[in-house]
Amino acid sequence: MSTTTADDFHGAHAHGDHDADHKPGFFARWFMSTNHKDIGTLYLIFAIMAGVIGGAISGLMRLELAEPGIQYLQHWVQYSDGPDATIDQAYHLWNVLITAHGLIMVFFMVMPAIIGGFGNWFVPIMIGAPDMAFPRMNNISFWLLIPAFLLLLGSAFVPGGTGNGAGVGWTVYAPLSTTGSPGPAVDMAILSLHIAGASSILGAINFITTIFNMRAPGMTIHKMPLFVWSVLVTAFLLLLALPVLAAAITMLLTDRNFGTVFYDAAGGGDPVLYQHLFWFFGHPEVYIMILPGFGIVSQIVSTFSRKPVFGYLGMAYAMVAIGVVGFIVWAHHMFTTGMTVNMKMYFTAATMVIAVPTGVKIFSWIATMWGGSLSFKTPMVWSLGFIFMFTVGGVTGVVLANGGIDDNLHDTYYVVAHFHYVLSLGAVFSLFAGFYYWFPKMFGKMYSEFLGQLHFWVFFIGVNIMFFPMHFLGMSGMQRRVPDYTDALAYWNGVASFGYAIMGVGVLIFFVNVFLSLFAGKKAADNPWGEGATTLEWTLSSPPPYHQFETLPVID
Amino acid sequence: MAGAKNHDYHILPASFWPLLGAMSALVMAMGGIAWMHPAEMGNWGGAGFFLGLAGVLATMFFWWADVIREAHAGDHTPVVQLHLRYGMILFIASEVMFFVGWFWAFFDFALFPTQLAPINGLFPSEGIEVLNPFELPLLNTLILLCSGTTITWAHHSIIHGDRDGLKKGLWLTIILGVVFTAVQAYEYSHAPYPFGETPYSSAFYMATGFHGFHVLVGTIFLIVCLVRAYKGHFTPRQHFGFEAAAWYWHFVDVVWLFLFVSIYVWGGWGAPLYAG
Repeated sequence: MSTTTADDFHGAHAHGDHDADHKPGFFARWFMSTNHKDIGTLYLIFAIMAGVIGGAISGLMRLELAEPGIQYLQHWVQYSDGPDATIDQAYHLWNVLITAHGLIMVFFMVMPAIIGGFGNWFVPIMIGAPDMAFPRMNNISFWLLIPAFLLLLGSAFVPGGTGNGAGVGWTVYAPLSTTGSPGPAVDMAILSLHIAGASSILGAINFITTIFNMRAPGMTIHKMPLFVWSVLVTAFLLLLALPVLAAAITMLLTDRNFGTVFYDAAGGGDPVLYQHLFWFFGHPEVYIMILPGFGIVSQIVSTFSRKPVFGYLGMAYAMVAIGVVGFIVWAHHMFTTGMTVNMKMYFTAATMVIAVPTGVKIFSWIATMWGGSLSFKTPMVWSLGFIFMFTVGGVTGVVLANGGIDDNLHDTYYVVAHFHYVLSLGAVFSLFAGFYYWFPKMFGKMYSEFLGQLHFWVFFIGVNIMFFPMHFLGMSGMQRRVPDYTDALAYWNGVASFGYAIMGVGVLIFFVNVFLSLFAGKKAADNPWGEGATTLEWTLSSPPPYHQFETLPVID
Repeated sequence: MAGAKNHDYHILPASFWPLLGAMSALVMAMGGIAWMHPAEMGNWGGAGFFLGLAGVLATMFFWWADVIREAHAGDHTPVVQLHLRYGMILFIASEVMFFVGWFWAFFDFALFPTQLAPINGLFPSEGIEVLNPFELPLLNTLILLCSGTTITWAHHSIIHGDRDGLKKGLWLTIILGVVFTAVQAYEYSHAPYPFGETPYSSAFYMATGFHGFHVLVGTIFLIVCLVRAYKGHFTPRQHFGFEAAAWYWHFVDVVWLFLFVSIYVWGGWGAPLYAG
């Protein structure tokens, strides 16, 4: 019932009510969607599938690393490079595996799940909007991920450098990615990133416009749920960081194929320039992966403490502060490139500043629980796991922020431990927390509480056994991105690989839970979490109607 | 309740174009890669690239034709128009950051030239004769600044219901845009340094080249507006398609000013001028 268009000289608006509650047929619904909930579901399915592939690759890596020496690579390489593959091609396969694991988990698992999946599903609902601002553009954001993912997976089967596949690390540093890898595999990986980046930029535009323009009457910016705040900040980071990556990897492409010398030291170019451009994107990127997790955990801790979140404004602006400062700390990833001591001091100090708003968030979560009426349902235990694990990862981050210490720890397993504690144990825990929290709302079925708790404990124990020893390995000098190591490091590597197996069992429990719940779960109530769940999604049916809020809710 | 939509937002029917666009992007990317690697991937690359490009262009055409149709059907309520404004501003913001990447590369080379051969701390490096910024580049600066005024003329004409002025302003802007592109093409084909090979010419061609590409896109956007003007689209109060084109044109103009000042004037300062 539009009032009127600004002035509509054709005078026609007979339609507008045409399909408000009508679901299109199968193909139109899932391949031509303009519905934020269906697109969110597509994102979640895609992210789970990509996560299985990326997780399987890390299984191969932990298998090879379980003992010193090269056990498996020389056999696996025969599948990718043919029966005559050399040991150098086997080493190259290792590089391909670490590259694929990193890129898949960052661009095709965490980001699609946390922003595309939960963001799409719940940002419009939480602000009381019927859909996203640009529903059709929303769909191309999803569908662009398919060619991007296919390009990345396909690159494994065409020549790269020493063997098949893009073996350049997720950072794609020059000159390994330029003169070091002449084959088409790296071009496929680069264009995969271009397309995934375009997808994310369009998504970011959509989220910012939705959040600024489509809040229900009375939903002022300071009343928005913290998950919406987190996606808003994330969207700005995506919008401003990804185009710089696009420029950086376009320079890679022209250096590789068209004779420019941006990163070619022999021609007077600067390989370190690539690192600056990459990390100007890359550092905001790590906040892109964790900020929506902060938002999810804030919702859940508040719900299961039956208290409003402590220090709401502080929580919101802490995320803004993390986002802003995140743009001016990038060179702490480059302490060993030979920068001056003054520059090291600046980037050390600026990086440490980020610990302040992050601390505000940690302590506000604790203060939210303080004196609350806690119930330790599955989403809550995942959130508590998140807070604990993320704090461990944050503390090792403060250690690594010191330029002097980083000289020793750079490119060791200490760094691997650090970023897996904030991502595999931080971002992924928040993903599972959000999945269990919103599963009843999204699919209208309750998950099994027993299996959810079991999943948590098995997974929690598994990932800690896997990643905690990596701190010791790194301090003992074990280099990352190398498939072999000295016998002295065998013990903790064996333990870490054992931890992977435990985690794998946890993931199996997750899938059993999902399928059991989808097909035999109890019907979920509109609000299964009680009075602590105060955001708008709990006022709707489970699952919500195809188009919710046809009459906008009014917030007082 | 079913079917009763009591808000002004735009709930869209299903659309095929996103899927077509994404799949075309895959064909275009694979074609482009094969084109660059015929030895490994065969010689179908060029054909694949252009097939994918055709799909992408078709997606844009049909998609935006739908948008125009929806505007005329009255779907673009004031709040939806506001969405479009936000969307365009944010898109331009992301474009700005894309150019930040190219300027970053340029200033890295200009401010911190390596002391090693063949650069020896010189920027532009030894042997490069630069284009005189106060000949054709200055002319192009004036052309783009002038086109900024003609697009504003067209805008004021719409607001005052003067369709004739709208067409004239658009025609002039488009002609100026085409002349700019022609001058750039002439300058490229006569430039004394080849594409790539040195940091200066890598940054020069890629930064000005991407700007040139954006001028081309902006010119096409304006041509679409001109066609729509002849078809009787746009009213004094609702003409966002035109405004988006104008914003984009101003963005392209501002990028040029930065290119002119940093690359053409400052970047070549002190280097020998090309006489040809």
